[in-house]
Amino acid sequence: MKISYNWIKEYLDLNVKPADLAEKIERTSVEVDSVVKPSDGLKKIVVGHVLSIEAHPDSDHLHICQVDVGEDEPLQIVCGAPNIAEGQMVIVALPGSRIADNVKIKKSKMRGIPSAGMICSLQEIGFPEAVVPKTYVEGIYVLPADAMPGDDVYDYLGMNDSLIDLDVTPNRGDMLSLYGALHDLSAIYDLPVKFDQPAVKEAGEPTADQLSIHVDEALAPQYKMRLVKQVKLAPSPMWLQIRLWNAGYRPINNVVDVTNYIMLKYGQPLHAFDYDKFAGQDVYVRNAKQGEKLTTLDEGEHDLDPNDIVIADEKAPIALAGVMGGLDTAIADGTTTVAIEAAVFEHDHIRKAAQRHNLHTDASQRFERGVNRTGLQDALDAAAQMMDELAGGTVQAGTVVAADNVPAPAVIDITMTHINAVLGTTLDQPQVTHILEMLGCTVTAAGDTLTVTVPVRRNDIHIPADLLEEIARIYGYDELPATLPTGRMTMGELTTAQKLMRATRHSLEGLGLNQAISYALTTEDKAKMFLMQPSETTKLAWPMSVDHAVLRMNVITGLLDDIAYNSARKVKDVALYEQGRVFYREDGTERPSEQEHIAGAITGTLLPAAWDQPAKDVDFYQVKGIVAAYLKDMAVNGDVTYVANTDMPEMHPGRTADILVHGHRIGFMGQVHPTVAKQFKIGATYVFELNLQAIIDMPKQENQYDVISRYPAITRDVAMLVDNDVTNDQIVELIEKRGGAHLQSVKLFDIYDGVKVPKGKKSLAYTLTYQDKHETLVDDAVTQAFEKVEKRLQDDLGVEIR
Amino acid sequence: MSLKDKLNELHERGLAEIKKSGDLKDVNQVRVSLLGKKGPITEVLRGMRDLDAEERPKVGAFANEIRDDLTAALAKRREELENAVLNAKLTNEAIDVTLPGTPVAKGEPHVIQQIVDQIEDLFLGMGYQVLSGPEVEEDKYNFEMMNLPKNHPARDMQDTFYITKEILMRTQTSPMQARTLETHDFSKGPLKMISPGVVYRRDTDDPTHSHQFHQVEGLVIDKHITMADLKGTLQVLAHELFGDKFDVRLRPSYFPFTEPSVEADITCFNCGGKGCKVCKNTGWIEVLGAGMVHPNVLKMAGVDADVYGGFAFGVGPDRFAMLKYGVDDIRNFYLNDVRFLNQFTKKG
Ligand SMILES: [Zn+2]
Repeated sequence: MKISYNWIKEYLDLNVKPADLAEKIERTSVEVDSVVKPSDGLKKIVVGHVLSIEAHPDSDHLHICQVDVGEDEPLQIVCGAPNIAEGQMVIVALPGSRIADNVKIKKSKMRGIPSAGMICSLQEIGFPEAVVPKTYVEGIYVLPADAMPGDDVYDYLGMNDSLIDLDVTPNRGDMLSLYGALHDLSAIYDLPVKFDQPAVKEAGEPTADQLSIHVDEALAPQYKMRLVKQVKLAPSPMWLQIRLWNAGYRPINNVVDVTNYIMLKYGQPLHAFDYDKFAGQDVYVRNAKQGEKLTTLDEGEHDLDPNDIVIADEKAPIALAGVMGGLDTAIADGTTTVAIEAAVFEHDHIRKAAQRHNLHTDASQRFERGVNRTGLQDALDAAAQMMDELAGGTVQAGTVVAADNVPAPAVIDITMTHINAVLGTTLDQPQVTHILEMLGCTVTAAGDTLTVTVPVRRNDIHIPADLLEEIARIYGYDELPATLPTGRMTMGELTTAQKLMRATRHSLEGLGLNQAISYALTTEDKAKMFLMQPSETTKLAWPMSVDHAVLRMNVITGLLDDIAYNSARKVKDVALYEQGRVFYREDGTERPSEQEHIAGAITGTLLPAAWDQPAKDVDFYQVKGIVAAYLKDMAVNGDVTYVANTDMPEMHPGRTADILVHGHRIGFMGQVHPTVAKQFKIGATYVFELNLQAIIDMPKQENQYDVISRYPAITRDVAMLVDNDVTNDQIVELIEKRGGAHLQSVKLFDIYDGVKVPKGKKSLAYTLTYQDKHETLVDDAVTQAFEKVEKRLQDDLGVEIR
Repeated sequence: MSLKDKLNELHERGLAEIKKSGDLKDVNQVRVSLLGKKGPITEVLRGMRDLDAEERPKVGAFANEIRDDLTAALAKRREELENAVLNAKLTNEAIDVTLPGTPVAKGEPHVIQQIVDQIEDLFLGMGYQVLSGPEVEEDKYNFEMMNLPKNHPARDMQDTFYITKEILMRTQTSPMQARTLETHDFSKGPLKMISPGVVYRRDTDDPTHSHQFHQVEGLVIDKHITMADLKGTLQVLAHELFGDKFDVRLRPSYFPFTEPSVEADITCFNCGGKGCKVCKNTGWIEVLGAGMVHPNVLKMAGVDADVYGGFAFGVGPDRFAMLKYGVDDIRNFYLNDVRFLNQFTKKG
């Protein structure tokens, strides 16, 4: 809501600049979106008197105008506006002036005729079109006849005011009006406010004789109407138009403008009906009936819902209550009798109706948040009185009050001890009492306890905590000390799982992978890929897009999306890991379980080519090296084995392995199936995904010291020809089993399957290291052990020792 | 000429010859000619037979002294010459030290992770626990127990990805307040926790909106926790993340689960508080929401709101990262362009 600085100053003796006032409001009350002075950025825009106009010889719509701008000679200005006429007072942008959007106006020629400046519309000097009076939307604006040629136009148009745009939080509906804001500012600046309330001059017949209202009080706990007869519709006076357009409202006429003005001033939405268009004298406030329709003021047609509240006459709905009036009973040319409605509608109904009909109006916004339940009559009276003054109407005698259930004010007990204990302050009772009284509360003190009666208009204050906020903000958050919690000590320590997750990230980063954070919501297809266990998908009920509609059940696809993104930008070497959750759901349950996973994906090369090192395309063994190093880092206690897996549909059938710890599968690794890679538009990519929760839960090896042998080690190399289907694991296992007590390690150092090797065979070579902890090994003993192994290899695996 | 004079003369001549020797071969020749079996010193020593018994040991000692000195001088000269040879050889092995080093594989933590870790470490140091909650939440924890009943208007403020009527993607980390309050045993001590994690909103992704982002929730509940403690804690957080010269100010705000509710601003880093485009000329930038936990939240979780109370805050690491590094598009955090990820190498 835009609130006028000048208007505030009429009621409050403030000595601060608009920017400072806005800052104060933001610091103490509600957020401020902007402070705008409409004349800012404009230059040399003055009142001009159109002395004469003549048609442009080369144009059918341009006019050549002689305009008095308060100088010795009139200016000749070519103007294309359809509504230009002799004698008008107009807005002139002089040569060298600046108009809206920082546009500079210079002397120019228009179709050969010199033009010294420009006659402007309101839009051209920065008015939003939505607030420009309808008459002037398509042309120039005509100023009042008493404007002085040569004067700056700003004051005539209210453009030197400063407009503070409040962003009011849902709890502070009371701030959506001048009077509401004044109450707060009064407390903030500790200044008295002079509210004014006109006395209504009633005449004519009793309203009650002309109108009966039947209200469902559950829908409208308060409902009142006044009648004003013999109104003469006309444009509102300038001061009122200025108030309205500065607040963002288009001036319409002296009746509709009054209702908007009163809403801005009091916060109470009013609606003006054309009484003569009612079918009968009875008005009903009720739920809409199935099948009823209503055309609203904005000419929108609405099928009404039985949950909508409507105002209806004998025949049909005439307004969507609290949201917008109907077109049929709207104030229009020829209206002479106005029924002014001031009401309170049940907020939940209004919120839903506004949503249902997509009509979020200033009225609905205020009813949703709650209006001042004690302010209806004042607003209604002020509106009626203004229609008398501005439209020459006759206010009929009395108000028809169909319902008037005003809630009791909240009464809250709070102790000084509590206030200071929660705020961390040392406030005394007079300070607190004064703050609350400035906010309109009444306070009675008994010992440490304050009994606070809260004004009804502050419908956000119900409990002691609400009062604490009022005291704190008015006292000033800057005045609060800054301390740290004291009291019983607590330990701050990561859990074992959290430590392992951190260690996981550090380990993989050390191994060359960048951490990625991808989207957990993905497509249904991607969610179901690379599954490590059977699971139902979990889908969003109303996704924003199909790309993010289903919860992931793997981490890899997100990484493949990332690789695709990089690849499309010509970044070909990508090594990423991600630690995050996957969501498995069992059939028949609503809620998935969440499992921590760790996954990696590498494409291109892990190390870039350099002058001293050729690039090596990533392969299975590099990824295996990373996985193995990572698992070693995690001190997983147990044999880690890798078993070929030919069955994962998204993986290369010949280059995929399950990762097992003690025979328990914790993940897989290998090359993404080339068909899948193609779907993702990426090159050869190697991936792994591990159940991180399983790793967290596994027993870990404790660090322990083992004496390093002082005695020399003896090595023996063995090279052998084996059948292609014999695996390294088989050979190593056999050597380790049969190598004797002193075998320390077995290390593969060569694989050869070139031309010299018979078809179907491969040549493998291993180094066996023997060592004794307690004495120097005898060569003979080693030879004996070594020969035994060689024999077993020949016997058991059919190798040919070379 | 006495034997002693002879020896002195030999000494001087010897030192001069050693000094003159230009390479290892020279040094060797000098050694043989001076100290060899046929050399002058040996010859002098032979002449000692003619001396009387009293003189003999003195001259003998003197001769040995001179021989030792020459031997040492020879060794020193040899070492000098050897070093010169070696240095000449090493000079020829010179390389271009400006050539790039051999690449090694090295990954970086994600920039959001860095900020989360930094926040975690700060609060661990102040005795907080780090807790993580489910990303798929119940309406009950995400909203109802956070004082947002079904028809609460503020639910409109948060667009939610529902899975079923009661199950949703959490829109905030605040449900962890309800979950920990429900289970915490206050007889064991105060509750001090932070809860970092991913949250989801029903938004269309654009430079300033992401349907997935991060939050860190903070919660302290005990018997004597004050709003001043909240202010002090947020100040510590701002100093840790941005630097000591950053100030924190609190402004009134509204969250259903805190009362009083505040928004915290910190000094604008772009202009240092003078006012600029980034801070809309205010000198301040909004960074987080906080407040004193609403009594309803405590009551609903079964905590006696008359005895216990405290503060809660929620910070957005994405927003922090955007502000701190001037990242102009939030989507960068989730697209994982390697060229983006590699920009954030300084930890902490
Ligand atoms: Zn700034």
